[in-house]
Amino acid sequence: MNHLRTCLLNAALALLLGALAMPAVAEPRTPLPNIVKGKGDQCVEPTDVMRRDHMEFLKHQRDGTVHQGIRTKQHSLKGCIECHAVKDDGGEYVPVNAPGQFCNSCHGYAAVSMDCFQCHATTPGK
Amino acid sequence: MSDRSRQPDQERRNFLGTAAAATAALAVAPGLTLFNVAGAKPEDQAVTSENRWGMLVDANKCADGCRACVEACHEENGISSRGRPTTDPQWIRTVTLRDRATGRETRMPVMCQHCEHPPCVDVCPTGASFRRADGIVLVDRHICIGCRYCMMACPYKARSLVHEALDDQVAHNPRGKGCVESCNFCVHRLDEGNPNPACVEACDKDGHKALLFGDMSDPNSELSTALASVATRQIREDLALNTGVRYQGI
Repeated sequence: MNHLRTCLLNAALALLLGALAMPAVAEPRTPLPNIVKGKGDQCVEPTDVMRRDHMEFLKHQRDGTVHQGIRTKQHSLKGCIECHAVKDDGGEYVPVNAPGQFCNSCHGYAAVSMDCFQCHATTPGK
Repeated sequence: MSDRSRQPDQERRNFLGTAAAATAALAVAPGLTLFNVAGAKPEDQAVTSENRWGMLVDANKCADGCRACVEACHEENGISSRGRPTTDPQWIRTVTLRDRATGRETRMPVMCQHCEHPPCVDVCPTGASFRRADGIVLVDRHICIGCRYCMMACPYKARSLVHEALDDQVAHNPRGKGCVESCNFCVHRLDEGNPNPACVEACDKDGHKALLFGDMSDPNSELSTALASVATRQIREDLALNTGVRYQGI
C-alpha cells in the first residue's frame, strides 16, 4: 500500500513539474504582463500581498499623509516610484505609467485605468 | 457577529484613559517644560494642535519690484505659467495698496491666510477643503471635485483652479487639472523638519527679511515674540477669521 502511494505521489509530482516547465517551452495561450524589475531584492511587502493590496496601502497612506502629515516611506507612492522607475539608454527616467513600464505593464494587461498620475509625478524627483 | 459584540470595550478604554493621564501627569510633574521644536515630529506621527503655524509679513520691508517670494513659491511647488494670467494658478501674489489721500503706497505679498475659521472649509461640499490640526488650511485633491465654492468664499482670493492638464509636477507636490489649490505653507518641508517655506527662504536670501514664519502657539518662538512686540493687523479683521498670516506696516 505504501509502495503504491509513493508511486502515485511520484507520478503526480512528475506531472506537476512537467506542467510547471511547460510555459518555458511553449508560449502561453494568452500573453502575460512583462513586469519591469525594481531596485533591490524585496518590495516593502511580499509580492503576492503587493499584487492584491497595493491600492489599499496607497489609499491608507495618502489619507495619513494629506490629513495628518504622516510621511513614512513604507507605503508611499513616492517610494514606489523611486524603486520602480527605470532609466532609458540615455540615462533619463522613463515615467512609470508609460507603456511597458512597471505600473502600466499590469494595469494595461488588466485594463484597469489609474488616476494617480493625473496629479502625481511619474519619475523620481528631488 | 452581533451588534453588541462590536461595541468598544468601555472598561478597557477607561483604563487606558486613566493610564495615559497618569503618565502625562508624571512626565510634566518634575518641572520639565514641554516645548515643540519645529521638525521634532517623528515622521510616523500625526501633527497636533500643539503647533499653529503662522507668518508675519512686514510690508515696510517688502521691496518695490521684487518678486522673489512669488518665483520661489512657483519654483518650489512646480507651478508653471501657461501665459494665461486669468487662469494660471497663483499661490502667492504681490499687492500694492495706495492711500488716495496721501498717495502712500504699500506693497505686500498675499497668499492663503490659513484662517482659524476658514470660510473655504465651511462651504466645501465634499470635505476636501480642511484645516490640519496644526493650523494649515489644505485641499485634499483626492476628494476635491473642482466646484470652486471655496474660491468664491475666500475673502483673500487665495485659491486657484488648475484649468489644464499637467505633466510637470514635482514629486512632493502632486497637483492636477480640475482641483483647487492654494498656499500650503510648504507643508512638505514642515513635515520633514524644515521650518521655512520657500517664500521666506527667498526673501531672506535677498536680504529683505520681510517674512517671518513660525509657531504662534509657542510663546518663545521668534514669531510669537514679534507678534507680542509690534503692532500687527490681519487683512479683513472684521470677518474675525483669526488668520495665521499677519501684517505689519499696513
